[in-house]
Amino acid sequence: MKFGVVVFPGSNCDHDTYHVISKLIGQPVRFIWHAETSVADCDVVILPGGFSYGDYLRCGAIASCSPVMRAVRDHAAHGGYVVGICNGFQILCEAGLLPGVLLRNTGLRFCCDFVRIRVERTDTPFTRAYAPCEVITLPIAHGEGNYYCTPEDVRRLEATGGILFRYVDAAGQPTPVANPNGSLHNIAGILNAEGNVLGLMPHPERACEEALGSSDGLRFFQSLMLTLRDAEQQRRVPATVTVSN
Amino acid sequence: MSSTPEPTTDLATTELVVTAELLALHRLTPEEYARLRKLLGRTPTLVELGIFSVMWSEHCSYKSSRVYLKTLPTTGPRVVQGPGENAGILDIGDGWCIAFKIESHNHPSFIEPFQGAATGIGGILRDVFTMGARPVAILNSLRFGLPDDPQNGARNRALLDGVVRGIAHYGNAFGCPTVGGEVYFEDCYTSNPLVNAFALGLVRHDQIFLGKARGVGNPVMYVGAKTGRDGIHGATMASSEFDDDALAKRPTVQVGDPFCEKLLLEACLEAMRAGCIIGIQDMGAAGLTSSSCEMGARAGTGIDLELSLVPQRETGMTPYEIMLSESQERMLLVADSGREREVQEIFAKWGLAAVVVGRVTDTKRLRVYDHGRLVADIANAHLTDDAPRYERPAAPPVGWLPDADARRNVREAELRNAFPIAARHLSGKQIRTDLRRLLQSPNLASRQWIYRQYDHMVRTNTIVLPGADAAVIRIKETRKAVAMTLDGNGRYVFIEPRLGAALAVAEACRNLVAVGAEPIGLTNCLNFASPERPEVMWQLREVIAGMGEAARAFETPIVSGNVSLYNETEGRGVFPTPVIGAVGLVEDVRTVLAPRTLPDGDSVFLLGTTGEDLGGTEYVRRLLGVVAGPAPALDLAAERRLQQCVLEGARRRLLTAAHDCADGGLLIALAEMCFSAHGKAPSGMVLDLPEADGELSRAGFLFGETPGRMVVVVAPQHTAEVVALCQNYGIPSRLLGVVRGDRLTVALGEETVLDEPIAELEHIWRSALSF
Repeated sequence: MKFGVVVFPGSNCDHDTYHVISKLIGQPVRFIWHAETSVADCDVVILPGGFSYGDYLRCGAIASCSPVMRAVRDHAAHGGYVVGICNGFQILCEAGLLPGVLLRNTGLRFCCDFVRIRVERTDTPFTRAYAPCEVITLPIAHGEGNYYCTPEDVRRLEATGGILFRYVDAAGQPTPVANPNGSLHNIAGILNAEGNVLGLMPHPERACEEALGSSDGLRFFQSLMLTLRDAEQQRRVPATVTVSN
Repeated sequence: MSSTPEPTTDLATTELVVTAELLALHRLTPEEYARLRKLLGRTPTLVELGIFSVMWSEHCSYKSSRVYLKTLPTTGPRVVQGPGENAGILDIGDGWCIAFKIESHNHPSFIEPFQGAATGIGGILRDVFTMGARPVAILNSLRFGLPDDPQNGARNRALLDGVVRGIAHYGNAFGCPTVGGEVYFEDCYTSNPLVNAFALGLVRHDQIFLGKARGVGNPVMYVGAKTGRDGIHGATMASSEFDDDALAKRPTVQVGDPFCEKLLLEACLEAMRAGCIIGIQDMGAAGLTSSSCEMGARAGTGIDLELSLVPQRETGMTPYEIMLSESQERMLLVADSGREREVQEIFAKWGLAAVVVGRVTDTKRLRVYDHGRLVADIANAHLTDDAPRYERPAAPPVGWLPDADARRNVREAELRNAFPIAARHLSGKQIRTDLRRLLQSPNLASRQWIYRQYDHMVRTNTIVLPGADAAVIRIKETRKAVAMTLDGNGRYVFIEPRLGAALAVAEACRNLVAVGAEPIGLTNCLNFASPERPEVMWQLREVIAGMGEAARAFETPIVSGNVSLYNETEGRGVFPTPVIGAVGLVEDVRTVLAPRTLPDGDSVFLLGTTGEDLGGTEYVRRLLGVVAGPAPALDLAAERRLQQCVLEGARRRLLTAAHDCADGGLLIALAEMCFSAHGKAPSGMVLDLPEADGELSRAGFLFGETPGRMVVVVAPQHTAEVVALCQNYGIPSRLLGVVRGDRLTVALGEETVLDEPIAELEHIWRSALSF
């Protein structure tokens, strides 16, 4: 099993994500340069935070057309896991791998802070290490994190469990005050219909050590690690069967 | 450049008619022009006149301040690089060094706050990574007019807003965390806001790069953004006071592109690691001119440039414009001969051009060609060492009493006039009201509205987040961490320049100790009014003396710095405002003291002696509306002992938390320790204080700003050890009370003067500075 962290010109959280995977959960990981055309060696591809291509034109718009994104699309189409964090989420929306778009924060300012996030589902490859409806603390750092989509899309997301993370208050309620950017339905992260592509605005990679203020993000990466381990074991089991035959 | 013709007679044949107007346009005095002409031995060309004007500007030459700056302590066992390079460098052990510097961008930020501040960040980041260091933290120090001023409030707020957005725009996109700083408001900054930016980078000891053009014959390469007509004469603009035409100078402010800078950073560091770079310098103020002649001067070589090879953004640019452009995100580097292609490949990977524009020569001269025609030919020394040095007339302001005690007595009388002794015995009701009003003061209120706009967490090293006494960045590869802070109380410096500067150094070092770091070095940005006024020169001289004195006492060498003069508009200057950047080292990251939820039952101690120090305080300024009274006396030896005492307490892990007790006084310090921080729950305190007596009034005790004091919180099992530790260092320790509940309760003798819910106080404090 292997993780890949895409590096676009202007990616800023690539090293932070790499650090968590290599040092804190001890998994194999490599950087994927934006000009690469294959990600076939990776089980999970992460699009990290930052300002890809300066976020000129529109956040994530230019990155969504870069060569590596064709490979990321193929990877997703074949059921591979894709995670977009912050700018990565914006890129996934721009690339059409996730519905909707991320608008400017309603406060019209960049916002960097710890926020409370409710984990809406724990039966996914990305969240299995959390408790159901657990409220966790993660940092956000964005100027365009205001999630918006069509009424049909949001109905579908709500109906099919596509909303994986929501901004909530201390009581765990998705109130307007708890919403830092004006996102529709307090959405902080969504899953595609197939369940293998995730986009989220909060930064789990910034919350993996208590010294940094929170370690609630570590279980996000551990969830992925467990998912890959199970998949590997399943692959190994039939192999053993073949040998005994 | 073998095809380049030898110096021709072109220079002489196109003789320039040098008029008084032309000189005024270049901000050169007739005396300076006479000096220039004598050095050159002939009439300069227009390009040469432009080159001299920027290199001899105050901004580049430090011509008014250099004689005094020489007196500062700049050496020490950790110093790898002192002043004179793009940034200062200190050794922090295990093969690691830190490079840091602070610079002003005051003038551009007043003209165009967003881009002025943004390019200030861009410039200071380049100063750091040109040394080979990867920037890991940004701080900023800001001064504006009062946001609630009835007449200018709206403009002051707009300036603050533009500057904060500009810093956020550049720092966030570049991917370097903005981890702290300071902002203060005072009338004198209304038409002269101060914007000082600090950056700190990490570099391996054996991978430091200098701005030296070594190796005759080596190619000189231009990398980064193309050259445009922006910022021409930025350095000369920054070296004059403002008048009504200031806004017409907008084209002298540059436009920043943080994305380009991020690519430039990655490309430069990669090329440095590959070993194909010999020397490198940022094209900051005075652009191509300063980078080329300074690199040559430092190495004792010369540089020949061919301007037609310089990548240009606009057509028809003249040699004059190319040499003086201050377009952003550009670097000049000297490559190892024969490895040009390697450099080009690395830069191409990051989407940047790298072009050979010249050669290193043995001439010790800067020679500039345009399509093979020589347009400037000047000895490097004439532009650097031979620049004018002024010992400008310096004299204290009219009425300044030479005797310090006499001055103090006069000021005490002035303060008694504004705030009679009898009025200082505050009632409980007054204390409650005054505390609330102080918490709302823009100088004391939470800076959350500002730092939330900065990405302060990127790169996942920020151990102590903004809002604390100092920020702390861990170094992932080691067990170490680096703390940093900016401090400068212009009010004290205005009252008593020498003492005020020493107080700023003391406070900066104290702030480092409050997070458990040992102060190891300083940088400084000296923001003053016009040096052509004798009292301003006198302030500058006094401030440098006071800063040097304190830096020696704390054994913190000053390794870099910047001077910003002419901060005045229509004859009204700013307070003399030296901003001190202090850097501290923590050997074991686990001993860092971060703000935290204080456990119930811990004891609260005040260390140090409190005097009746109400002069120049925020209390007197905010509640009585005056800047009056003497600056507090500073006992450098006692201050040093206090800091060593707290540092030992932190290292031995005897302290739960520590906090500087300065701005706003003791009650503000205690309230701040109770407030929540970055998702951590708030705490409460129950404090039982003796009634203020004798020399010390209630106002003096609760709101005075005596230096040399800190509040520490100690767990029950460590109290005896902490008391003994203080005795060892000869530091008085006074038990104030305990951490308990969710209220701030203060009894003075028999009377309970304060019993307020922390949540309510925190709400006032947190929402006061938010637009």
